[in-house]
Amino acid sequence: MSDAQVIGAEATDDWGSDQARRRVRRRYAADRRLQAYGIIAISLAVGLLGVLVTSLVSTGYPAFIQTKVDLPIYIDPAKVDPQDPRSGKYRALVREAVDKAVPGIPDDQKRSIGKILSSDASYIVRDYVVDHPDVIGKTITLPIAVSDPYDQLYKGVIPKEVDALNWTQVAWFDRLENRGLVVEHDGRKSLKLDVYVNPEIVEAGPPPSGDFAVLAQSSLKAYLPRIIDTSLVEMLAADAPEAIGDRIAADPGIIGKTVQIYFPLSPHYVTLANGETPKILNSRFSEDQLEAFDLLDEKGLVRTPFNWELFFNADSRFPERAGLAGAITGSFYALLVCFLLSFPIGIAAAVYLEEFAPKNRFTDLIEVNINNLAAVPSVVFGLLGLAVFLGFFGLPRSAPLVGGMVLSLMTLPTIIITTRAALKAVPPSIREAALGVGASKHQVMMHHVLPLALPGILTGTIIGMAQALGETAPLLLIGMNAFIPSVENMGILEPATALPTQIFSWADSPERGFVSRTSAAILVLLGFLVIMNIIAITLRQMFQRKW
Amino acid sequence: MEAKVEERPAIRVEAPAVPQKKEGALPVEQHELKMKASDVNLWYGEKQALFDVNLEMFGQSVTALIGPSGCGKSTFLRCLDRMNDVIDGCRVEGDIRLDGQDIYAPRVDPVQLRARVGMVFQKPNPFPKSIFENVAYGPRIHGLCKTKADYTEIVEKSLTRAGLWEEVKDRLDESGTGLSGGQQQRLCIARAISVNPEVLLMDEPCSALDPIATAKIETLMDELKQNLCIVIVTHSMQQAARVSQRTAFFHLGKLVEVDETSKIFTNPTDQRTQDYVTGRFG
Repeated sequence: MSDAQVIGAEATDDWGSDQARRRVRRRYAADRRLQAYGIIAISLAVGLLGVLVTSLVSTGYPAFIQTKVDLPIYIDPAKVDPQDPRSGKYRALVREAVDKAVPGIPDDQKRSIGKILSSDASYIVRDYVVDHPDVIGKTITLPIAVSDPYDQLYKGVIPKEVDALNWTQVAWFDRLENRGLVVEHDGRKSLKLDVYVNPEIVEAGPPPSGDFAVLAQSSLKAYLPRIIDTSLVEMLAADAPEAIGDRIAADPGIIGKTVQIYFPLSPHYVTLANGETPKILNSRFSEDQLEAFDLLDEKGLVRTPFNWELFFNADSRFPERAGLAGAITGSFYALLVCFLLSFPIGIAAAVYLEEFAPKNRFTDLIEVNINNLAAVPSVVFGLLGLAVFLGFFGLPRSAPLVGGMVLSLMTLPTIIITTRAALKAVPPSIREAALGVGASKHQVMMHHVLPLALPGILTGTIIGMAQALGETAPLLLIGMNAFIPSVENMGILEPATALPTQIFSWADSPERGFVSRTSAAILVLLGFLVIMNIIAITLRQMFQRKW
Repeated sequence: MEAKVEERPAIRVEAPAVPQKKEGALPVEQHELKMKASDVNLWYGEKQALFDVNLEMFGQSVTALIGPSGCGKSTFLRCLDRMNDVIDGCRVEGDIRLDGQDIYAPRVDPVQLRARVGMVFQKPNPFPKSIFENVAYGPRIHGLCKTKADYTEIVEKSLTRAGLWEEVKDRLDESGTGLSGGQQQRLCIARAISVNPEVLLMDEPCSALDPIATAKIETLMDELKQNLCIVIVTHSMQQAARVSQRTAFFHLGKLVEVDETSKIFTNPTDQRTQDYVTGRFG
């Protein structure tokens, strides 16, 4: 006891001692460590965000431009009735226009060349003519979107040619080459293989006969043990087995013996042996189409303008025509319903709970449950909406009304919680001041507390709305991922889709063009979120008051 | 007295208003008895904060409530305009009368009561609105004014009474929170007197202010008491001695002694009062 006191007295009194200095050093080290952890955590978060945005932008930017062909089209009055422009023969018009732009296509290829253009080409022309009936009988130049493969080709997303050989084939060939088996023979790159000229397979002839191909393949396989990939026998040129026949013809005595035979290599492997990478044409293109496409390009008809259709077109099966207008409209309606429901209800509930509700078990229970609701997975709300709104009340499927109702179930807890926090943050002195001059509870609330809490309430509401904007699962469950090819008939009660569900269905589509469009749609969604957050910050600063 | 009650029909007359001027023979008590608290007990939940407090407050004078922290003087002050009503679990028993009417009677509307009994708080708490709106708010919610000119008049009158008019008359549109601490507190006083209260309760109004601002407020109280019954809670005994005519000493929730201020500070009856005012405990 007394010892401890002495030590303690020394330690605290002598600030210059080694112990004291060590303690100070340790304290500083701990401070710096804590800071370092924070900096590491923040840079990690920022780095990950950077990776996300970079990857989205790098995959998504091609979707913001669209390859189009400025095609001069003669709107033939014989094919389009000026009285009824909607039912003209537009497919034929487009085919004629292509014929004119790319002269000299044989008849049997006309169909194939037409596939350079979007399958919707005739509808693009039709829509234009319906909007502008006076062009009938004139030649117009319309930018027509090209089909997805050519769009991707022109943007450089997919190559014209792909590798002819896969990496196993290249690796096994390298192995043979390293053993010195690839040699120049008779002016051809050949494989020098030991062949056991099996008397059961070949006969001396003359002329020598037998299944030389099998013999050649089996001797090659002997060099490539444990190989299941039968494509490797394609290493040999088509005429390679004849080398066996030639040898037997020259010397029938080799039957039953093992001899060295030079087998010429097939063309791809010859290229490989020459140190180049063999290429073949991408199977999505044909030579004729490429030729025609290059011709259009040379004429300067192919352009890549900004893809406004991404924002103004509705969905389409063809990626080159698909846009987000339907999804944006659907999301707007759903958020509108969500806001109209959750904002007043949320604020009313929060004001009651915070200012008027008596403190008892029942209100405690309500409070706990509201907090719990904020943590309920959104898919559960989706199921609830499916069962109650669609199943029980029989509201229309896929409609923004139901979507908004389900989303408002999700945003309500957020709004209630943030509103209560904002009300709590209003200093009690303001309430007292108002009560002191004789304001009623209602007047205190409406004149002082709510206006002061408004920035916080708005921030919470917009954050809740942003959350709702990005919510996918509940919308999928109530079917708000409808295929909407036109925004004309959209309404609160009509089937619709929303931004996140549109992203979901595009991500599911096999066409190459939807890959970049998915990223682009995500960027658009993120853009809306950023805008909403900026609005929240602006509103907060606008209404912020000091006290 | 009777006639005055009838002017305010919302407050039900519980008992006939009997002026009790005869009690005591002190000069200040020649004024009318404005508020009277009898046997006030107060509980915060289970905890009793006030024990049998009996206090009379007279018009046209200042009554100071002094005592150590937590002795219940602010709590008692808040009973006088029923500000304790908004605190959960607060229960008041006893009888508090304003002009002879029980202010805790069931039919008394606390909102109208607070128009008659104004309050100024410890920390200046102007609304985050313009100076004009701060003062006009009370008349507005009580419907005292009809036209814009009425408001302008009442704002000017109140600010003048609060001694703030000369300083702010050119910037009535600026925020009340932009004023200095002393000006804010005078703005709060102007706000409180804008509805013509009969009683003004002040809860340590100068504790957040510097001595110059304090002096201004004290002068102001001297002027205001010509028309008002002022009850002030203060921790500064010098202040109590300077501004008040009567002083009540609270200790541990009980009213120990109440008398003329000069008597409390020079010749108190109770030993505890003696100890407190001479700074021996507190």
